[in-house]
Amino acid sequence: MTGALMEARGLTRRFGSVTALDGVDFDLKPGEIHCLFGENGAGKSTLASILAGVIAPDDGALAVGGGPRRYGSPADAIADGVGMVHQHFALVEAFTVLENLMVGLPGRGWRPDRAGLAVRARALAEDLGIALDPAARVSTLSVGERQWIEILKSLMEAGRILILDEPTAVLTPEESRRLFAMLDGLKRRGLGIVLVSHKLVEVMQSDRVTVLRRGRKVATLATADTDPGTLTRMMIGASPPPEGTQAPRAAGAVVVETRALTSAESAGGVPARDVSLTIRAGEIVGVAGVAGNGQAALFDMLAGALAPASGEIVIDGARVSPVSPTEMMRRGVRCIPEDRFRQGLVGEMSISENLMLGRHRAAPFRRGPFVDYGAADRVAANVIDAFRIATTGPQARAASLSGGNAQKVLLAREMAPGGRVLLANQPTRGLDVGVVATVHAALRAKRDEGAAVLLASEELDDLLALCDRILVMFRGRVMAAMSARDADVERIGALMAGRQPEAAA
Amino acid sequence: MSADLYDGAIVVSILAATLRTMTPLLFSAMGELVTQRAGIWNMSVEGAMLSGAFAAYIAIATTGSPVLALLAAIFAGMMVSLLNAILTASLKVDHFVAGLALNLLAAGLTLFWFRAFISGRGQPTFDGLAPPDWALADLPVLGPILFAQRPLTWLAFLCVPLVWFLLYRTRQGLELRCLGENPAVLDFKGVNVVARQYAASLFGGAMTGLGGGFLILAFSDRFLPDITAGRGWLVVVAIIAGGWRPLGVLAAVTVFAFLEALAIHAQVLGLGLPHQLFLAAPYIASLLLLTHLRHRDRQPALLGEVYRRGER
Repeated sequence: MTGALMEARGLTRRFGSVTALDGVDFDLKPGEIHCLFGENGAGKSTLASILAGVIAPDDGALAVGGGPRRYGSPADAIADGVGMVHQHFALVEAFTVLENLMVGLPGRGWRPDRAGLAVRARALAEDLGIALDPAARVSTLSVGERQWIEILKSLMEAGRILILDEPTAVLTPEESRRLFAMLDGLKRRGLGIVLVSHKLVEVMQSDRVTVLRRGRKVATLATADTDPGTLTRMMIGASPPPEGTQAPRAAGAVVVETRALTSAESAGGVPARDVSLTIRAGEIVGVAGVAGNGQAALFDMLAGALAPASGEIVIDGARVSPVSPTEMMRRGVRCIPEDRFRQGLVGEMSISENLMLGRHRAAPFRRGPFVDYGAADRVAANVIDAFRIATTGPQARAASLSGGNAQKVLLAREMAPGGRVLLANQPTRGLDVGVVATVHAALRAKRDEGAAVLLASEELDDLLALCDRILVMFRGRVMAAMSARDADVERIGALMAGRQPEAAA
Repeated sequence: MSADLYDGAIVVSILAATLRTMTPLLFSAMGELVTQRAGIWNMSVEGAMLSGAFAAYIAIATTGSPVLALLAAIFAGMMVSLLNAILTASLKVDHFVAGLALNLLAAGLTLFWFRAFISGRGQPTFDGLAPPDWALADLPVLGPILFAQRPLTWLAFLCVPLVWFLLYRTRQGLELRCLGENPAVLDFKGVNVVARQYAASLFGGAMTGLGGGFLILAFSDRFLPDITAGRGWLVVVAIIAGGWRPLGVLAAVTVFAFLEALAIHAQVLGLGLPHQLFLAAPYIASLLLLTHLRHRDRQPALLGEVYRRGER
């Protein structure tokens, strides 16, 4: 193949006994966006990391600009003009923008050329259409602004190939559109862009797409010749489970009500401010908003983990006081927290033990004063079957599970009978289409059981597919509430960015 | 009139003692500040300082050379910090556990070797570092405070702007601070994170060792098994209290050293308070400082976190 910027043949990488990437071919032309599409664990990030020199392949050949390469470190890739924007921000919050641009720049000597770098950064930022204040501290920037800095950083040190690993995971819909406009501009200048994504809307904006499944390449296609349905079937190797339809139902009695609920400013993170909401039995209420706009504080208060500074929580007509996790558990509140590994599961415990947590004092887990491990293993085996959890068995450590499988364990525990209120904060974050469908089905089942469900998600698709009503949160406040049937993506997007629709119109 | 003269002499003496006492603390604090900014919560400062003092003692007792003694002190400090770096940066051991273990090791080994060294011949004494004898030292007031000090004291003060310049005005300093804030950033650029952490650790160990060497050569004529008396811990507190900034650390060290200098003069001052209270003053001050400094927003974000590539 002539004219390829980058060409890989038979890339293979094993981690222990797992083959993360198995003989994958890949090529990138100048001036194209080439998307890597696949489920979690399909090998997208592994492939991207090999292309950027972050990890070395066990087998296979890589050529960049026609010459064979064997990258020993990201510095080698950067020297070839290959830059990568990682999934998690690789920025130092305590540093200024300029300092972040300086860190790790190739070069020798003791004194970095601050002034020269600032001039170059400004010129490039202007080209990309980014407002740039080199002296601003990264901790004061919004998530979107940080993403622009990441891209700027990659382009400053490596200007031929840009690799982006799930760059929109943290962006608002509007910011995502801006990102793609930016990428189009770069494309026209002849850059090759590799985009890792599991979102169909993004894949459809690329020029070519390589679909990966379980470490193997399924196909490389011109995006114009394919469609979302075909891509999804290729990605999961089967047809996706059907999404349930959303029929209007009569909602039941009010189960949860908050009145001017406010958390302390000093609790860390953005506090929830003056939040009043109601959730009825058999209803899913959605909270739209970029993560970090007070959702965590709101959910923590409802779960009893954070005491409100003012306002009150009423469940089944009775005011909850004091607000504590035990009290909330007793009233039937169950919770799928934002960070499944830190707040939801204990990594060092087995699947059985994790499934017991919080209800180990009740049947079937209790036998006199003892815990009945036999019963726990039987419950776990059932859950592993029912949720199709990929694992070695009930004794497997939770930390050994992939994100999707861990989320299924958490779902199984919090869905168990007895819960009347289900709180789910970002339950589909980072999950692929298959697991997302499982999460959706679980939330619907809980709703149909008559539970009151509160769902916060950055993915508007989640909210529009599931919710009866949608609230939009920005900087701790509820900006607007609407019925899901009248919801409009543009309006929600503007509200998520803190603008009232009048200003957006 | 004579009482005023007497009071003046005491103040001069206290201030001179403050600068002298600051010297070992400053060397160590500037070195360990660099280690901590690189993300390593080094708890083995006390052990490294004790090892430095002991190595300096063995060297001067056998060769009589203060220069060799200081070099030996630096080497011993670096050995302790090398062990700490192996444990924390390479073997990914919890930083606190590694540091505490090294303190026990240093205390035990120095005592053991000290006993072995003196057995059968009694403890040799030595002539340590004397202040320079020159005309400036005879100036009134300023002479004894500033100029009757050992050159190493001046060097210790010079370390403050030097470390500041390293941290905030050089490429290496920027990358060093990045190690403590988010080492993944450097890793993604192909910078060797572990090697940088070793370098920062060794610098800290060398400076702490030098501080230990100065301590024994300037303050004593013999080795005592607990000669550092918690000064390594004071250094750790000074770094926290100083908000991980060179000038802040300098201020904290000044407070501790001033209190210690007061303690030396407590009996002369005759304040009617128990002598022991003054001896404990720096440690009480450090406790008070720590309880009032619970918000550590200036602490490097990933200080003390073991770094493994790609770990969630």
